[in-house]
Amino acid sequence: MDRQRTRSPLARARGFGSAKHGAEHWWMQRVSAVALVPLTLWFVASIIAHTGSDYATFIVWLRTPLISILMVLLLIALFYHTALGLQVVIEDYVHSGVKFAALVAVRLGCFALATTGIVAALRIGFGG
Amino acid sequence: MSNQAAERPRPLSPNIQIYRPQLTSVLSIVNRVTGALLSVCGIVLVVWLVAAATGPHVYALVQGTIASWIGQIALFGVTFAFFLHLCGGIRHLVWDTVHGFELRSIYASGWAIVAASVVLTLAAWLPRLFAG
Repeated sequence: MDRQRTRSPLARARGFGSAKHGAEHWWMQRVSAVALVPLTLWFVASIIAHTGSDYATFIVWLRTPLISILMVLLLIALFYHTALGLQVVIEDYVHSGVKFAALVAVRLGCFALATTGIVAALRIGFGG
Repeated sequence: MSNQAAERPRPLSPNIQIYRPQLTSVLSIVNRVTGALLSVCGIVLVVWLVAAATGPHVYALVQGTIASWIGQIALFGVTFAFFLHLCGGIRHLVWDTVHGFELRSIYASGWAIVAASVVLTLAAWLPRLFAG
């Protein structure tokens, strides 16, 4: 029996490998990247358009339902992408005991930042 | 691992300091560095949203910091970093479709994303520069 065949056909078809995650990290990095192309371009264009706007004008803009939706989507995609990207950077360069703590900190930090940003955007959106 | 093994220096594979910098390797590390830098900008985005949600006074404080000289220079640098990461990311997405791997294509797309990032950054700042 050749070496390629030592794994069961089902395991080969699933392609999850020894980590049991398969290409999920790689794939989600791409999916979030695809989402971020229009979302970040929209955000940068909006910020440029609002150069010199006062607080009241800016809040009125943020209260538009479509803007609230886009802002929440941006925060989700941005911090998901950030968490995945920083995770790879840590895995590549940090090899000491700090690695585990850094990986946990990045995951939790990104989750906390996304949640905080979404709550802030929704508070403005609902006029809280 | 025994102490004897730990004391003996292990051979290292050639690392980044050995090689002459090339467009390919420089853009690869640029994509990472800009990604890490933009992560910090994510924190600023949240601070800015929280300030806006808190009220006009806190918002004015954050907006004032961004509008300062240092803030504007930082924002300009961040804009360039954003476009480099965006264009570099799109280049990666094209590579994921198994296109553009020939050496000529790799260099062409590399210079293209550098040029596009410069143009887009300047375009983004044109209204600001004309406003004074």
